[in-house]
Amino acid sequence: MRTINVDEITKNVKEMCIEANHFLSEDMKKVFYKALEEENSPLGKQILLQLDENLEIAANDMIPICQDTGMAVIFIKIGQEVHFIGGSLEDAINEGVKQGYIEGYLRKSVVKDPIYRENTKDNTPAVIHYEITEGDGVEITVAPKGFGSENMSKVFMLKPSDGIEGVKNAVLSAVKDAGPNACPPMVVGVGIGGTFEKCALLAKKALTRDLSNESPIEYVRNLEKELLDKINSLGIGPGGLGGKTTAFAVNIETYPTHIAGLPVAVNICCHVNRHIHRTI
Amino acid sequence: MDRYINTPLTKEVCKDLKAGDYVYITGKMYTARDAAHERMYNALRVNESLPIELKDNIIYYMGPSPARQGRPIGSAGPTTSSRMDKYAPELLDLGLTGMIGKGKRSKEVIEGIIRNDAVYFAAVGGAGALLSQRIKESKVIAYDDLGTEAIRELTVENFPVIVVIDCEGNNLYEIAQNND
Repeated sequence: MRTINVDEITKNVKEMCIEANHFLSEDMKKVFYKALEEENSPLGKQILLQLDENLEIAANDMIPICQDTGMAVIFIKIGQEVHFIGGSLEDAINEGVKQGYIEGYLRKSVVKDPIYRENTKDNTPAVIHYEITEGDGVEITVAPKGFGSENMSKVFMLKPSDGIEGVKNAVLSAVKDAGPNACPPMVVGVGIGGTFEKCALLAKKALTRDLSNESPIEYVRNLEKELLDKINSLGIGPGGLGGKTTAFAVNIETYPTHIAGLPVAVNICCHVNRHIHRTI
Repeated sequence: MDRYINTPLTKEVCKDLKAGDYVYITGKMYTARDAAHERMYNALRVNESLPIELKDNIIYYMGPSPARQGRPIGSAGPTTSSRMDKYAPELLDLGLTGMIGKGKRSKEVIEGIIRNDAVYFAAVGGAGALLSQRIKESKVIAYDDLGTEAIRELTVENFPVIVVIDCEGNNLYEIAQNND
């Protein structure tokens, strides 16, 4: 048994909210600079250069990369041998979000009720996904999600007979509809299988997977590559103003599903795709 | 083509801007996004006056992050324009000449742009840190209680935008995609 004080969770979540909103993660940097070299549309290249300058200003002057500093999405994997002390884990996570968004000069974008829409003024509550694992580790992922791209995300309840072609069409139609609204170049997270809610969660999780890590499943790996090629042939380009860099990556996660179904979720993210991990 | 313009944004200036022009704006503009638009829309329903003068002015669809000490504003990039499509045609008919945001617009907004010799600009989505440096002053002038969604008057210098829809209805999103 390992004992962890929840104050440690608060401290880490706070730091991670600030870090994710000011610094591009290493895996995103790799795909960004590769695209900057390869983009041949003059306007597309100009937009990427502007985004590069933006990243530099954000990091040097501590101004958030984007004013939409997102709703804090947090994945926390908890080893079953961990015992938390010092209060409620959920409160501790939300306290970390609150401190991070207030002390880090991040925008408070969360409203208390979806209809009455009163701002909570501290960006809480976070959207928290708990997972219990073996061992005594705790792994936190913080992925602040902006809504320009979130609003363009979709769930499709396909039929088994739609097959892999149906999945491709679903992803491509979501990306086409998103176009310039989702702040391309995008990262496209896809969930295939499970149930209605499981595939949406897989798609979100796919966005947090290190872009340098391919899927371990061969056909999924091939599908990721094929979809990325197809998306980058759409001509949407950086800022939606034309070019071959419409997406930096397609990450796909799969899960067993029911004999009658083929759920597909497409979670679209902008060119920043904020996601950072820490192990405690 | 690179263009440098000063506000107010008159219809004569609009007529001279073409989809694809890279424009640097110097002068004043207002910010308003979802909640402020809804309030203005409701004010117009009961014949109340609006807190801003629309004639020859620009609305920037933007809600900034908080300013650090000594700075006029925080990160300040565009939000998705289509959420304001419900309100924009009426504001254009009342004299608004410029809108800055990102993403597609509805048929009704495009018709309003053509009817009023107005223009729709895009700023680069997700370049909020860079854009904040072109904002020299920012003051809340209405709906203070809306926080980041309050209406602000911005003073900008060489604020970089791209003409997406010009007063003839040419649409850069369509032109650019078809060319590649």
